[in-house]
Amino acid sequence: MKIFRFRGGIHPEGNKDPTACHPIARLPLPQRLYIPLQQHIGEPAAPEVEVGDHVLKGQRLARHQGSVSAPVHAPTSGRVIAIGDHMAPHPSGLPVQTITLEPDGEERWIETEPAVDPFALTRAEVSARVRDAGIVGLGGAAFPAAVKLDAGNRHPIDTLILNGGECEPYLTCDDRLMREGAGYVVEGVRLIANGLGAKRTVIAIEDNKPEALEAMRAAAAAHPGIHVLRVPSRYPMGSEKQLVTTVTGREIPAGKLSAEIGVSVHNVGTALAVCRAVRFGKPLVSRVVTVGGGAIRNPRNVVVPIGTPAGDLIDFCGGFTEPPTRVLMGGPMMGQVLPGLEAPVVKGTSGIIALTAAEAHAASERACLHCGRCVDVCPVGLVPLELAARVRAGRIDDAAELGMGDCLSCGCCAYVCPAHLPLAHLFNYAKGEIAARREAQRKAEETRKLAEARRLRLAAEAAAKAARRPARPAETVETES
Amino acid sequence: MTMILSVVAVAALGLALGWLLGLASQWLGATTDPVVERIAEALPGSQCGQCGFAGCAQAAAAVAAGDAPVTLCPPGGRAVAEKLAQILGATFDPGNLPDRGPLLARVRTDACIGCSRCIKSCPTDAILGATKQLHVVLEEACIGCGACAEVCPTGGIDLEGIPVTLRNWRWHKPGVGHA
Amino acid sequence: MIHSPYVRKAVSVQRTMGLVLLALIPGIVAHALLIGPGVLVNLAISTITAVGAEALMLHLRKRPVAIAVGDLSAVVTAWLVTLCFPPIVPWWLTVCGALVAIVAVKHLYGGLGQNPFNPAMIAYCSMIVAFPALMSQWPPAGQLSFDTQLALILGGARDIDGITGATALDALRTGLRSGTQTVDAVLQGSAFGALGGRGWEWISVGYVAGGLFLLAKRIITWHMPLAFIGVLAGISTLFWLLDPGRFASPLFHLASGGAMLAAFFIVTDPVSGATTPRGKLLFAGGIALIAWLIRNFGAYPEGIAFGVLLMNMCVPLLDMKTQPPVFGHHKDAKGGGK
Repeated sequence: MKIFRFRGGIHPEGNKDPTACHPIARLPLPQRLYIPLQQHIGEPAAPEVEVGDHVLKGQRLARHQGSVSAPVHAPTSGRVIAIGDHMAPHPSGLPVQTITLEPDGEERWIETEPAVDPFALTRAEVSARVRDAGIVGLGGAAFPAAVKLDAGNRHPIDTLILNGGECEPYLTCDDRLMREGAGYVVEGVRLIANGLGAKRTVIAIEDNKPEALEAMRAAAAAHPGIHVLRVPSRYPMGSEKQLVTTVTGREIPAGKLSAEIGVSVHNVGTALAVCRAVRFGKPLVSRVVTVGGGAIRNPRNVVVPIGTPAGDLIDFCGGFTEPPTRVLMGGPMMGQVLPGLEAPVVKGTSGIIALTAAEAHAASERACLHCGRCVDVCPVGLVPLELAARVRAGRIDDAAELGMGDCLSCGCCAYVCPAHLPLAHLFNYAKGEIAARREAQRKAEETRKLAEARRLRLAAEAAAKAARRPARPAETVETES
Repeated sequence: MTMILSVVAVAALGLALGWLLGLASQWLGATTDPVVERIAEALPGSQCGQCGFAGCAQAAAAVAAGDAPVTLCPPGGRAVAEKLAQILGATFDPGNLPDRGPLLARVRTDACIGCSRCIKSCPTDAILGATKQLHVVLEEACIGCGACAEVCPTGGIDLEGIPVTLRNWRWHKPGVGHA
Repeated sequence: MIHSPYVRKAVSVQRTMGLVLLALIPGIVAHALLIGPGVLVNLAISTITAVGAEALMLHLRKRPVAIAVGDLSAVVTAWLVTLCFPPIVPWWLTVCGALVAIVAVKHLYGGLGQNPFNPAMIAYCSMIVAFPALMSQWPPAGQLSFDTQLALILGGARDIDGITGATALDALRTGLRSGTQTVDAVLQGSAFGALGGRGWEWISVGYVAGGLFLLAKRIITWHMPLAFIGVLAGISTLFWLLDPGRFASPLFHLASGGAMLAAFFIVTDPVSGATTPRGKLLFAGGIALIAWLIRNFGAYPEGIAFGVLLMNMCVPLLDMKTQPPVFGHHKDAKGGGK
């Protein structure tokens, strides 16, 4: 199969070996599970249980609301001991509505409905099972998977891509999943292909994962519609836009979904979850998390119930060997700072990475040299140094004109900058500011309309009053009102 | 002799040029003709009167004439101030703005007597309710001008900042550190 | 680092500048061996002046002095100033050049990263305009002892017409201007070696070696050296083929004067150059074109410095007009556009 090249990109040090060489371990049940109601893009889930309720493993705790949303299920059997605010796994550390569960240790499953023949299900049935299982994109973005499947109804999908890129340094959870659960992953991807009506399926795996590639090739050998494709290791290969270009040569137009050009991309972990949901009727209640970084004593991949505090996970992996400079959720290129060890693992948490100072290469910021390395590596074709200068000067609108909105926040520019400029930070600030301005603009227009409506109403009322008072005859009232 | 002269000359040239640049930046600051209409266009147009002027048109005239700062409009906040500064070709000090984002009015259920005065005072018709019934503020339409709080006989309307949540949280601007 | 990415490439301004200095060493060694060690004296003078001026300016501008001086950028500027000056210029000319580069070109425009013009080239141009005689005295290879060179640099007496010869580019120009000689006849003269100017050609080889090192270390990209050398070679080949009697060969153009120093160290100055890939090609190609025009038709024997400054002025326009195509906005992308 032909492979297409995308612009820019970088080759960061992988640092994947320490975790990739160990089999996935299973975390013993923690003391408490903190299950946020918003673990996905879209509307938060609405709680269906009350404090004191005893719930079974896999029982729905909160249902989805709105078209883009996902339900949340109990990761184990136990008692609901609180529903309220808990620290969100978000760099702000803001509270989020959270169900706190005290496990009873029995791990008793709720009755599930396995499908007799999952491949006999209709597209709508597959989508419904995926939605009811609370499956979201497990690569990190946490977009509800069923919404992606339903997009296949509106746009014909010719290519389904399974994203085995895992281009972020340190992360190996998808690698291990493909090695250890290739059969389930392949079945999951076949079910997704069924649900989408996709003609061909491409499993794209970076060439730094030869074992995973081998395992997936073996598992997919029996299915002629599935191609396992070896793609070069180059960050950000795992970004949807770049992967679609690499596999199909097509470019997703700005502001459009991949479905609109006939492509759908799903993550390895998502495929496994789909297999469990559609074949066995089991909801998404756990995921594989890479616990790594130089400050972790025994780095490895762990199967973790959703809602486990990050601290429990780190303790299970032997704790810290030295105080880390940063503890991250996700990979070091696009992940975010963990606000505290009490923040829980959620559906989109691909890794908990504790970096030492030596790994981070932190350095203070210097003046921009205009060396243009950021331009060379930008996968989008932006000129980061020009954007940064404008954002710094508060010229957000100028930056928007230069393509600020197309930035992926992949961080390639900041990674290579010899002056250590906080480029990705500046750009995320600018994108937030652009959104805020759009919102303010919308509100100002709304206000103007309301004020104008009120002025007209008052004028009409005054006129009506004036007309009524002096002259009883009704003609004037009618002409003026 | 030549050597000393040239060293002195270059040094003097450098200093003189630097001094000229400094003067130029002071004297040749960009000025544009004030455009009252453009300013009025940028203001919210809700005639709330928080700026101390009778309405947005009067405020626009005052800003254009330089009698009022670009930061005069509390409901407009930073965005409007920036826009006005841009129109006037002026710079503004965000430190002068009250340190709060936009506000929302909220009726305290225990204090509302259903007098409907706030409803009449609201410049955007953002308060709903009939006489003798509890009034509610429509968050979408409220501009946080505070006109309702002023007329409320029981002091039962609070102006509150919009709380920061996961949905409206944004990255702040990174600190400027230059070598 | 409160925001991703939380890992960075082990690069810094200091490391970049350090590698540039390292890459200059082969050329400097060749220079000291073939022409004489006078260049080392002037390198020391310019380095001290530049670093001192840098520290003073930072202090006056109320910026942290230690970190900024430690980034070695002033040393790089000083070395480049010296290497494009004749090696036996009196010490005060070197001082003036370094001061112009650091004080006027760099700090009056806002310091590191802010100057629109190449500091070394402004220094060269201002000095060749102010002191044309001194700036044209290039010593021939291996004929001046260290003592003589030292006396010329530190002493005041400049009766040296007898000891310095014309450079290759000078000789070629004078020879051709006299109207009696062809290129071939001129090239038989003592100023010429195997490739270009005698002795100087091997210094050029040293600069190429350093430049290849910078390319390998990815401090510079291939765009600028390739465009510069390509355009200079291309246009000189074309005219040489048309009239070998009037125009020198491409090899001569590439190996003479400061062509190789320029291709890898001057044109590639990041601060005052273009930043986009296509911008870099146009920028360096434009310099080569102007340099060749001035060498052949202009009033000065060497035109690279003027080419650099003229193209520096075009950089904002070049960068603006050569932004790479933005992903998702390609014309052939289905339904593209904002």
